[in-house]
Amino acid sequence: MDILLQVLVTGIATGGVYGLIALGFVLIYKATSILNLATGAFMTLGAFVCLSVMTGAGAPFWAALLATLVFAVVLGLVIERVILRQLIGEPIISVIMVTIGLAFILQGLAHMIWSPDYRSFPEIFPPEPLDLGFAVVPSGLLWGFIFALIGTFIFILIFKFSRTGVAMRATANDQQAALSMGISVRRIFALSWCFGAIAAVIGGVVIGNISGISIYLGDIGLKVLAVIILGGLDSIGGAILGGFIIGILENLAGIYIDPLVGGGAKGVAPFFILVLVIMVRPYGLFGKEIIERV
Amino acid sequence: MKDHKEQEAYQLEVRDVHLSFGGLKALNGVSTGVKRGEIFSIIGPNGAGKTCLLNCINRFYRPEKGRIMFEGRDISRLKVHKIAALGVARTFQNVELFGHMTVLDNIRLGGHVHLKSGSIAGGIYFGKARNEEMAFRRHIEERIIDLLEIEQIRKKTVHTLPYGLQKRVELARALAMKPKILLLDEPATGMNLEETEDMARFILDINEEWGVTIVLIEHDMGVVMDISDRVCVLDFGQKIAEGKPREIRHNEQVIKAYLGEEDLAYSRLGA
Repeated sequence: MDILLQVLVTGIATGGVYGLIALGFVLIYKATSILNLATGAFMTLGAFVCLSVMTGAGAPFWAALLATLVFAVVLGLVIERVILRQLIGEPIISVIMVTIGLAFILQGLAHMIWSPDYRSFPEIFPPEPLDLGFAVVPSGLLWGFIFALIGTFIFILIFKFSRTGVAMRATANDQQAALSMGISVRRIFALSWCFGAIAAVIGGVVIGNISGISIYLGDIGLKVLAVIILGGLDSIGGAILGGFIIGILENLAGIYIDPLVGGGAKGVAPFFILVLVIMVRPYGLFGKEIIERV
Repeated sequence: MKDHKEQEAYQLEVRDVHLSFGGLKALNGVSTGVKRGEIFSIIGPNGAGKTCLLNCINRFYRPEKGRIMFEGRDISRLKVHKIAALGVARTFQNVELFGHMTVLDNIRLGGHVHLKSGSIAGGIYFGKARNEEMAFRRHIEERIIDLLEIEQIRKKTVHTLPYGLQKRVELARALAMKPKILLLDEPATGMNLEETEDMARFILDINEEWGVTIVLIEHDMGVVMDISDRVCVLDFGQKIAEGKPREIRHNEQVIKAYLGEEDLAYSRLGA
């Protein structure tokens, strides 16, 4: 029983972080219908930038995080402006392929600048784990979870209640109508990429804090892809809930199934569940069902 | 001289507009003008270029040649989203609503363009932005919803509504932009007789009570002839006639465009 509770708590904490990264995908997908497969690379770059500012310039963590956020905004703007704007009107699949290429380029860039060595963050948070009585949360995971929750909460507030958020929702729903309402769709696209990049780099910093930094940090983006497909590509609530589901499932599989099959189940379980869910609900748990009435 | 004065009276003027898609000339030198406060209809057979013309005015399309003047200003080179701020609102042939939002949210989005606070300050509803928003909400709730008789459905999600009501909501959203001129693309299409009559009444009300100039594309000739001050007829991207409804009704070229050369003879015989 104790183990089960511990696994659930760990799963929830991990899931919160997945949820934040998933938001990085969803915010961009909702507004622009582009699945940004470079999200993982964004994470890697974010983590490295944060680390470099801290170790190179000796800046405190909050300053480094701020610098990383600024970096994310610039990254989002540049990519939207230089690459994606040229591709407006091209088939969606080619745009998505471009984001894959972008992922490789960014990862290569990280390789060139920071070398593929494995590194760890300097100690940022108090190292004491949180003892809940029935379970213990390791420090890195705890703070990562807190960060992810704050980030997620802010994004939801913006998206649900701000004018910009309403304009983003409108754009996602119907671009023509949004234009005729005086909403600049281009500006909304640029903003979505900024938000997406911000969510991704915060995720990168958090993951870097939990498990160290290497140029392969962004590979976790693939797992998060499972999260958003599970939750529904265009559902913010789905992204968050999907994060928790995948987080809990993989930890359960790691504890209960791994010993039976000799390991590996932790990595496979999320995708196994994903396939099952997709067979029943092709649009994900909360995705918008597109019904064509003819 | 008289001609010059006439031109000045136009609130919206289209001058020699050309637009083509590949080899297809969608608009071939169309010139016309809409006077302030009138109901101006654009009619013509399918594919005549009516919606194209609307899309040019609204800047969804950029005409290859020609100018579009709104209140003395050339708007044909403006950015698309700037057009709304000038006071040009429109509805679409196939309803383009924000389907997953409520009726009220859709209408509120119409007011988006009028919230003046900067995007950061206005980012979250505080202070000035909040007050403007509240004042605006009262305004729309009282007037638009009343006028268009959509009181009962304000909290409903748009895509659950029947088509006729969706058209009405779209009109409400366009009105929420407090436009000077309203471009309506087939507002009565797909409606039954009663709904069509309602729609015609709404358009008249908006025109008379709110003083909004109306540019109307409509296939229902009953509606067009009843409520229009002037009618412009397009055929194959060219203007073939313009004038008061009764002049248009008896214009031979118009009848020819609609019925074809041979039928014209029959219709004359019949008359």
